[in-house]
Amino acid sequence: MGPFDTSRVAVPGEPGATPPKLRTGLRSRHLLSVGDLEGDEISLIFDTAEAMKEIELRPIKKVPALRGKTIVNLFYEPSTRTRTSFEIAEKRLSADSLNVAVAGSSMVKGETLFDTARNLEAMAPDMIVLRHQASGAPFQLASICRAGVINAGDGMHEHPTQALLDGFTIRAHKGQIEGLKIAIVGDLLHSRVFRSNLLLLRALGAEVWVCGPPTLIPPGIERFGVTATTRLDEAAEGADVIMMLRIQRERMLGHFVPSLREYFMVYGLTVERVERAKPDVIIMHPGPMNRGVEIASEVADGPYSVMLDQVANGVAVRMAVLYLLAGNPDEM
Amino acid sequence: MDADLMGRALTRIAHEVSERNRGGHELALIGIRTRGVVIARRLADKLLDILRAPVPTGALDITLYRDDLMRQPVGPQPVVRQTEISFSIDDKRIVLVDDVLYTGRTIRAALDALIDFGRPQSIQLIVLVDRGHRELPIKADYVGKNLPTSLAQSVQVRMQEIDGCDEVVIQDDKSAGRQA
Repeated sequence: MGPFDTSRVAVPGEPGATPPKLRTGLRSRHLLSVGDLEGDEISLIFDTAEAMKEIELRPIKKVPALRGKTIVNLFYEPSTRTRTSFEIAEKRLSADSLNVAVAGSSMVKGETLFDTARNLEAMAPDMIVLRHQASGAPFQLASICRAGVINAGDGMHEHPTQALLDGFTIRAHKGQIEGLKIAIVGDLLHSRVFRSNLLLLRALGAEVWVCGPPTLIPPGIERFGVTATTRLDEAAEGADVIMMLRIQRERMLGHFVPSLREYFMVYGLTVERVERAKPDVIIMHPGPMNRGVEIASEVADGPYSVMLDQVANGVAVRMAVLYLLAGNPDEM
Repeated sequence: MDADLMGRALTRIAHEVSERNRGGHELALIGIRTRGVVIARRLADKLLDILRAPVPTGALDITLYRDDLMRQPVGPQPVVRQTEISFSIDDKRIVLVDDVLYTGRTIRAALDALIDFGRPQSIQLIVLVDRGHRELPIKADYVGKNLPTSLAQSVQVRMQEIDGCDEVVIQDDKSAGRQA
C-alpha cells in the first residue's frame, strides 16, 4: 500500500536480505481500521503513547510537534469521551483543532457527508477525525479527501483508537498481551468497540472469549479465532481481562433481550462472577456504562476496575496516532 | 578517542563542573537521548565522588521539539522516546549533556523543552565532542574534545552501555572510519 512497505525495502550491500528492522512509521496516512495495522505498527503506537504519557505530568502540558497543523473533529454522533479525548490530544500537540458537531452545523439542513467534507477540504485541514453513524463513512471520506482521516467510530463497524487504548491499558497492567485470556462480554452484535478489539487482540496473540445472549452474538464469530459462549461464568473462569460492552439501549428496540433486569441477572458482571477470574484480573469498559445493566456498581467502582486508566490512556494513545499519521506523505 | 581518553575527558569535565558551580549546590544533570543520557549518568557517578552528594540526573527526548518535524516531504516520523525528569528544575543549575555538538539545533530544541518543565537558575552545556559547523548561536561550556571535521564526514560516539565499547570515530562518507 504505502511506500514504507518494509518487505520491498532493499538493504544496501545485502541484496534480498530483510533484517529485522525497528519500525519508525505507519504505512498509511489514515487510520480507518485496526485490520490495516500490522503487529509492529501497533507496538510503535503503544511505545509512542508511552512517551506521550509523560507530557501530562509536566507543568506545561504541551509540545510543539503539530504546530501549524489544522485538525477538524467532525462528529455526526453524540460523544463526550472520544471527542474531548481527541481535542485534548490535539491541543497537547499544539495542533489547531476545530469541532464540528452535527447539531450546530449545516448537516441538519440536509447537506451530505461528501458536500460537508468538500467544503471543509476547501479550508485545507491536515487531518479529519470522523465519527459517523454509517459503517464505512471514514473509508469514503478518505477516498475523496487530501487530509488524513481518523476513524473515531463508524456505525457498527470499528472504533480503532478505542481498541488501541484498550490494548495499551492491558499492556500497561499485564506487561504483554500475547497468551492472556480476555473475555469480551455483552452486546457483541452492535459493538464497533468489539470489532476493533477483536482484530487488535487476535493480532497480538491473545486468547479471546466472547460472551453474550445468543441474539447478540454475531453468527460465525468463531471464524475469527475466538471461543463463543452464552455462559458468563465460563468466559470469566481464569480470565486475565474482562472487557464489558455497553448495552446500547437505543438499539434494543428489536427485542434482543427480554428486559434489562433479566439481562443483568444473566449477563451482568457481579462481584461473585469476578471471583471466578484470575486474582489480578482487570475489568474494562469503554463507557458510557449502564450501572445495574451490564455491570454492578461494586465492580465498576471496585479495585479491579481500570476504566479511568482507559480514559487517561486514551489521550496518550490519540496523541501517538496523531503524531505518527501527521508525518506521512500525501496520497501515493 | 578511545576508552581511556574518554574516561579522562569526563573526569576533567566533572571537576570543571564542580569548580564552576561551587560545590554543586542545586546542580542537576540532564542527558539528551540517547547517548547524552549515558554520559550524564557517568558524570553523575564521578560528581558523587567529587562532591560526596548525589546529583539528580534526568533524561530528555527532544523529538517533539525538533525544528524539522513535518518539514521532510516524505518519510516516517522520528521515533519518540521517553523523557524522565523526576525532579523539579525550578531554580536548579541545569547542566545539559550531549554526545556531539554539531549544528546546535538539538540544543535549541532541548532549551525549548526544558523551559516547559520550569524556570532553572541557569543552563550550562557539556558535550563530549564539538565537531564545529554551527548553524545557531550556541556554544558549549565544557567540551571533551574539539574535533575539526568536514561536512562530508560523520562522527560516531560509541558508549559501552549501548554499543559495547567506548570510542569516538570519524567516518569519511561511506568509508570504514578511523578513531578520532
